[in-house]
Amino acid sequence: MSIQILMPALSPTMTEGNLARWIKKEGDVVKAGQVIAEIETDKATMEVEAVDEGILGKILIAEGTNGVAVNTPIAILLEEGETEASAPAPKMSAAPEIPCIPNDAPVATSTTETTVANQPAGAVIANRDILYAQGVVIEPPPFDEAKFMGNTQPMQVREALRMGMSEEMRKDKTVFLLGEEVAEYNGAYKVSQGMLDEFGPDRVIDSPITEHAFTGLGVGAAMAGLKPIIEFMSMDFAMQAMDQIINSAAKTLYMAGGKLGCPIVFRGQNGAPGKVGAQHSQCYASWYAHVPGMKVVAPWSGADAKGLMKAAIRDPNPVMVLEHELMYGQIFETPVDDEFVIPIGRAKIEREGTDVTIVAFSIMVGKALEAAKVLAEQGISAEVINLRTIRPLDRHTIIESVKKTNRVVTTEEGWPFAGIGSEIIALINEHAFDYLDAPIVRVCAADVPTPYAFNLEKLATPQPEDIVAAVKKVCYR
Amino acid sequence: MSKDNTKKSNLKSTPPTNSNQMPSVEELKKLYRDMLLIRRFEEKAGQLYGMGLIGGFCHLYIGEEAVVTGVQSVQKKQDTVITAYRNHGHMLVCGISANEVMAELTGREGGCSRGKGGSMHMFSIENGFFGGHGIVGAQVSIGTGLGFAHKYKQDGGVAIAYMGDGAADQGQVAESYNMAALWNLPVLYIVENNQYSMGTSTKRHAAGEFYRRGEGFGIKGEKVDGMDIFAVREAASRALEDIRAGNGPYILEMVTYRYRGHSMSDPGKYRTKDEVEKFKTERDPIEGVKAALLREYKVTEDDLKPIDKEVKDIVAEAAQFSQDSPFPNESELWTDVLKEA
Repeated sequence: MSIQILMPALSPTMTEGNLARWIKKEGDVVKAGQVIAEIETDKATMEVEAVDEGILGKILIAEGTNGVAVNTPIAILLEEGETEASAPAPKMSAAPEIPCIPNDAPVATSTTETTVANQPAGAVIANRDILYAQGVVIEPPPFDEAKFMGNTQPMQVREALRMGMSEEMRKDKTVFLLGEEVAEYNGAYKVSQGMLDEFGPDRVIDSPITEHAFTGLGVGAAMAGLKPIIEFMSMDFAMQAMDQIINSAAKTLYMAGGKLGCPIVFRGQNGAPGKVGAQHSQCYASWYAHVPGMKVVAPWSGADAKGLMKAAIRDPNPVMVLEHELMYGQIFETPVDDEFVIPIGRAKIEREGTDVTIVAFSIMVGKALEAAKVLAEQGISAEVINLRTIRPLDRHTIIESVKKTNRVVTTEEGWPFAGIGSEIIALINEHAFDYLDAPIVRVCAADVPTPYAFNLEKLATPQPEDIVAAVKKVCYR
Repeated sequence: MSKDNTKKSNLKSTPPTNSNQMPSVEELKKLYRDMLLIRRFEEKAGQLYGMGLIGGFCHLYIGEEAVVTGVQSVQKKQDTVITAYRNHGHMLVCGISANEVMAELTGREGGCSRGKGGSMHMFSIENGFFGGHGIVGAQVSIGTGLGFAHKYKQDGGVAIAYMGDGAADQGQVAESYNMAALWNLPVLYIVENNQYSMGTSTKRHAAGEFYRRGEGFGIKGEKVDGMDIFAVREAASRALEDIRAGNGPYILEMVTYRYRGHSMSDPGKYRTKDEVEKFKTERDPIEGVKAALLREYKVTEDDLKPIDKEVKDIVAEAAQFSQDSPFPNESELWTDVLKEA
């Protein structure tokens, strides 16, 4: 009986990869455990080992083939005495059902459609931070994004993040990157690929797995005048360092009466990358955004990634950059200009609409745009706000949108209790209550630890169809 | 790699026999003056606390003066210092005025953190002092980062990270030792072992010896009589020289004693009055220096009177200043949350 050898997945989120090389040839005898081929994705290379014994009867996918879907038969293994002709023709299996947006598959972006949305002009405001702390709704800082969009390149979000870091590191010798596997391994998610080669081991530093102390070390280096970028492989691991982030980095400027600040960037993968269980899937936006003295940004697109990363590094305060693993491999037109710096505290209207406002950040922006398309087909015009910055929140852009649409849905991968959605509801309650035509609805993660089972995880993680349903609810449709 | 120097000491604050390490009479008088300033300052802070002028927590350094005074006297200008919340003495020897420190304790505008930090949160970068941290052990990782910055900037400085015997038990201290040794960082870790982690004696909270806790990482360690300023200076000089030579971090365990409670509201039931009394009468670091000045340096009691008076005046002025300085303006509530970008 012949056996199909299927394209394996290197990671829980991989949906396709390249068949780089066949180690065994047709007709070779294969023993279980022997390496038969090499496959690669943009993140890693892996050897394919035979599970069963037999003769490599036929190679179905030639080496050098790109974009081979996971579970595609790549070869046929024959039992001794069997011939290829006698084996049944392989049946191409359907691609497995993936409950999340695929990681490595480039997706069509909505760039062309988003650049046309009108953005608030913004204003230069003295004592902005003080007014924000006092809860005042102020216009966001001005930013002419359109002028940078004439010169763009398609690139993955991870490349945009790297571009942001590298450009700042070339300019400022005090900036360095430290974290687990950032240097020789080229980054667990390949965000820092090539940076060790360019900047050397004094500025791109592999740390031991010791989050609490390497975060403290970064805080000390920042206090001493350097500008550290501290990478957490996953923001879930940063909980080990929560004390240094909150008590040391965020509070010292105030406790020192303004005499000692902490210009530091914390960054890493945040949210649910899929199929990794409860300890690697949490969204920490509301945790960090709770804290005065912190700034929190959450990029969605390539432009967001580059522009917010540069802003974070240039900012003299602790800034948390919440990245998303499922976005790393997605491709966006990204500005190449060295001075493309998105002001922290300014949201972006990704899609203009008149009937309802959907407020989103990070991966949820893409899901909100997907929902908006579906809604448009049903005659509902949705406005999608990409927050970009969680703290200081662009209250102005949210409030102005609510005044126009009178209906709101908030979305996030975090849990509902005291989440970003709760904060937005409070904000609207305080400043635009009379404009509301319906109670606001939140689309959040289910209020449970993230389950592993694929079907349960899909139920627990907010999906575009959940947003569609929520919009219909607030539109009484 | 590690050695125990307490056994060598005769525990009587005798100047070292090697004349190269003998401080001059002026140097020794300065050490006496600095220690006395800490002592009198802390006594006054205790009084002001009792009068309700200082609130919250207030951790006094009385009894431990020889440690920070001795180390500070042999460090270099480019060196940086960080400690936890028992920090008033560290501030004073770093050269920050008593007025500013006392006014911070009373939460006034004239305080070094403009009244917004309090007893546990004081900083002075101009003087190389990076706090003043309220979370036990956090300052050790941050101090390791100061050492990282010295190495990154190649400024020849050493970071001196103080911790109590309680803080030494924190996990991040071991993590810091690992990175400091791995990356050969210029950090001098000083364990101020005052023998009690709040109300828990070292016997009840710490396994092994603090000065040996870096052994597994290849970090040199020494146990030093922290009541003897000569021993402190000798050990700190040796350690700093070794670190500056590029040999990486060093741990000094300074065995000392705190006369007062952990903070102000300390019932003191965890130790006997006799034990405290014994340290005060037999091991007092200031009396030790004074005795050395009188005996070995032929200084008279009269010669020391101007120092006593100077210190008394500084403290009296600080106490007055800390009450005259106004509370921060109410608008200060909102400032210093973020630096303007």
